[in-house]
Amino acid sequence: MTQSLNYFKETPSQTAGPYVHIGCTPNFSGLNGVFSEDLGVKILNDQAEGTRITVRGVVYDGKGAPIKDALVEIWQADAKGLFNSPSEIRGAADPNFSGWGRCPGEMESGEFVFETIKPGVVPFKDGRPMAPHITFWIVARGINIGLHTRMYFPEEIDANAADPILSRIDHKSRVPTLIATQNGSEYRFDIHLQGDNETVFFDI
Amino acid sequence: MSNEKRAQGAFFQRDRNWHAPAYTPTYKTSVLRSPQKALLSLDNSISEMTGPVFGHNQIGELDNDLILNFSQNGELPVGERIIVHGRVMDERGLPVKGALLELWQANAGGRYRHKKETYLAPLDPNFGGCGRTITDDNGDYHFRTIKPGPYPWPNGVNDWRPAHIHFSVFGDGFAQRLITQMYFEGDPLIWKCPIVQTIPSEEAVRQLIAPLDMGNTIPMDSLAYKFDIVLRGRRSTMFDNRREGN
Repeated sequence: MTQSLNYFKETPSQTAGPYVHIGCTPNFSGLNGVFSEDLGVKILNDQAEGTRITVRGVVYDGKGAPIKDALVEIWQADAKGLFNSPSEIRGAADPNFSGWGRCPGEMESGEFVFETIKPGVVPFKDGRPMAPHITFWIVARGINIGLHTRMYFPEEIDANAADPILSRIDHKSRVPTLIATQNGSEYRFDIHLQGDNETVFFDI
Repeated sequence: MSNEKRAQGAFFQRDRNWHAPAYTPTYKTSVLRSPQKALLSLDNSISEMTGPVFGHNQIGELDNDLILNFSQNGELPVGERIIVHGRVMDERGLPVKGALLELWQANAGGRYRHKKETYLAPLDPNFGGCGRTITDDNGDYHFRTIKPGPYPWPNGVNDWRPAHIHFSVFGDGFAQRLITQMYFEGDPLIWKCPIVQTIPSEEAVRQLIAPLDMGNTIPMDSLAYKFDIVLRGRRSTMFDNRREGN
């Protein structure tokens, strides 16, 4: 016989349900007066370094209908490629940039919007640079466990071609599902949960 | 050499046979909201091993007290007064310190305070239904609230959610991000619920059921339930500098 590993099992995920806003963005849902401000609304202040960008998009279901009750969170490095996290061991990140944002889809259109900065390059585990990217996490009614994906930048053609994660995608036709479209300082990143144009989701 | 250093490595791989699969047709909304293609597996990079932290300065004094944080003119909400407490730890049993927990729930009659909610049970003028807190150095947390009621939902013709509290949890890294639901010991609706049934094993479901905790009730005041939360464990960084593919 052997010793036991004595590990616990992770608490199982459950759907966030249709009323996720009550807990995560109560002021947005019309529940005012409990929290002074919804967390994640402001990612940066005026002193933050880097290029200001706006990221917007819609989460679509398998019939191409916009999901109006999703909650989207993003996590990203600062302009120099450092994360504002105690787990960041390479240096101090920009104190004026949190790196984390949260936005519910607008209740009529389903559109989410983030005012942020373009992230710098961060290394993969083996030291190769990853192309600039923003990590997305999506929860909603009907989603049993939060979906992770990444948004990459269309102007980073060479960096994207060398990116160790994008290179792992067997079906090259699926790579564009992770690349935003650009219009000046605005990026559009639509997420398709299911179907022909299905976004690549990660098991990380 | 000290063993005090906090682990910085990748998180234990998620056991996706333990969690619910994406496509669970008896929970109808999952049918069109589940990816059909395989997930791309990715050993964590620093983008997933790091995550946001939240300071006590972002949290208000009554944020973990749902009995008082929406009360109007000192009036109290109606329902069973309970304390919900527990520990956030990882799969190795280590406490997750400074973790932000957010919770939300219906009132005693099963009615949510949300623009889009139309259930005929009334709102409670003194109950909002949201709370948040940050775990202490032992990973412990506690909330005070009213036990939520079951409510009907349009899935099957006669489906009712068990009494439940939604939890959103941040750990040390974004890869640990988790949203789940807590149920109450002994509730017969648990085993009839299509959302509970998305989870494959009874053992995993039991991990979501909080036992009554008489040791932590306040006599003549509030009952207590204990709900521990386990987040993904973390490798140490030792021997972690291999080239990819080795």
